[in-house]
Amino acid sequence: MTNLLLLPILIPLLTAIALMLLHKRIEMQRIVSVLSLIGTVIATSILLAKVKTDGIQTLNLGSWEAPYGITLVSDMLSVLLVLTATVITLFVIMFSFHSIGRDRETFYYYPIVQFLLVGINGAFTTGDIFNLFVFFEVMLMSSYVLLVLGGTKIQLRESIKYILVNIISSALFVIAVGFLYSVVGTLNMAQISERIAESNQPGIITVIAMLFLVVFGLKGAIFPLYFWLPGSYYAPPAPILALFGALLTKVGVYSILRTYSLFFYHETGFTHSVLMILSLLTIIVGVIGAIAYWDLKKIIIYNVIVAVGVILFGVSVNSSTSIEGSIFYVLHDMVIKAALFLLIGIMIKITGTSNLKQMRGLIKQFPLLAWTFFIAALSLAGIPPLSGFIGKLLIVQGGFEEGNYIGAGIILLSSLLVLYSVMKIFMNGFFGKPTEYKADHIPVGKLLIPSIALVTVAVLYGFNAELIYPYISDATETIVNPDMYIEAVLRGE
Amino acid sequence: MEILMSIVIGILFMSAVYLMLSKSLLRIIIGTGLLSHGAHLLLITMGGLKDGAAPLLGEHAKDYVDPLPQALILTAIVISFGVTSFFLVLAYRAYQEIGTDNMDQMRGTEGND
Repeated sequence: MTNLLLLPILIPLLTAIALMLLHKRIEMQRIVSVLSLIGTVIATSILLAKVKTDGIQTLNLGSWEAPYGITLVSDMLSVLLVLTATVITLFVIMFSFHSIGRDRETFYYYPIVQFLLVGINGAFTTGDIFNLFVFFEVMLMSSYVLLVLGGTKIQLRESIKYILVNIISSALFVIAVGFLYSVVGTLNMAQISERIAESNQPGIITVIAMLFLVVFGLKGAIFPLYFWLPGSYYAPPAPILALFGALLTKVGVYSILRTYSLFFYHETGFTHSVLMILSLLTIIVGVIGAIAYWDLKKIIIYNVIVAVGVILFGVSVNSSTSIEGSIFYVLHDMVIKAALFLLIGIMIKITGTSNLKQMRGLIKQFPLLAWTFFIAALSLAGIPPLSGFIGKLLIVQGGFEEGNYIGAGIILLSSLLVLYSVMKIFMNGFFGKPTEYKADHIPVGKLLIPSIALVTVAVLYGFNAELIYPYISDATETIVNPDMYIEAVLRGE
Repeated sequence: MEILMSIVIGILFMSAVYLMLSKSLLRIIIGTGLLSHGAHLLLITMGGLKDGAAPLLGEHAKDYVDPLPQALILTAIVISFGVTSFFLVLAYRAYQEIGTDNMDQMRGTEGND
């Protein structure tokens, strides 16, 4: 079935349209969204198996030959990201049943989440630079609505800032595409790569590479462009925050990884060292924020920034070991960030505050929540058998192999501070003099199920690294050999 | 021709940046409008401004202008329409709820204590 790689985009899209028609019937909406997400997970798993056996899958929409039409490309990296994004959305939707509230549910919450997934899956799968822009906009518009849905003062205020930043970055994206089109005369990513290789990357291409770094850096929150993220992500409720923190920035990171490995790999001296410096500064800013705050949301939000820096450091080192590490780490980080946001969401619901100084002794009343959080925290920091370990190990190893001791050292040190920041939550929130919290009206058990499921996924991911490794190494192979990608798109094998 | 257009686009970007750095929310939204005008004009300029017939096959001309940037702009225009209308309604709602359109008064210190 050649249309298989369209299904992760098509199923959520059709579901979203269907859900808009039954927006008054909440039970139906819940059932339909969960069923369609399970269907998407199954379709993506089949696609994963197909990519594993048959190599990169491409689909020319409307049967126009590759450079002239829009091509969708599923290599191993994109299909792994699509699978991870869909699994996370499934669990977050299950979490929202008991936490998002009826008002939001009747105002198109479920359809908009599906549209968000359409944008994300499309951005991971497309092989056309302008189509990437369009899928970015699909994703961003859904995120605007999700951010402001509910209409409290803080949401309105922060949405204005978030939308303004993203309008500017979208305009810059259009400008960058315009420049790139005037230089290479094509929009197909494989053909762009081929033509840049033919012209041997003149200076103007390096300028465009920097412009793309600014555009995707604004989406992915790298060092000087992260300023919008802590405020904006503070506003929405926990499940929406989990979707944003796990998925949105990672699309920017994926786009940097894709463009810097497919387009701009000829003159790596300048572009990749700029990326390296920025990623290290991102890590430093992130850990400073993570240890500075006494607020649950802020601590995890700054950990999102740290992870973006770690992943991009692996990309900037640009050896196959470090790219492997980045791919391992990005998948782990998406899952664990979603899990952590859901867990602190439960904590905030129980205590009624996100201020760490006003909560203590939760472990007596909620031991399961406490120990799940403990495992998630260790996993985030990268304690060996858990999921964050192998990715960071490979990134650090790649850094040492290329003689970049300072960068690798900063990453190791950052792990320590990340561990400190989440252990601060654990020690202050869960230990101490027990307080009686009235939690009868909060379905803690039901909220815990999807969170525990996500942590379980993360733990299994860590323990089965050996099993997952062949998939990651396939993904790395197409990233470090752009020729494989070009061959698959332009010559159909 | 392209040089002239580039200068005009540059002026548009300049005004957009100036407006977006101001305090009033409506001026910021006008700035985003100018920014998207600039981006769209840039797309058409970067596609080339050579002489040629409009891209309609019924014209039976020897040369046509590049049809691709026109399709890209059409897409970008409707997207920025959608976003701008959402932004305007959001500004209206924010004015109703918060009671100001001054960006200086829309600060928050949540999570800072």
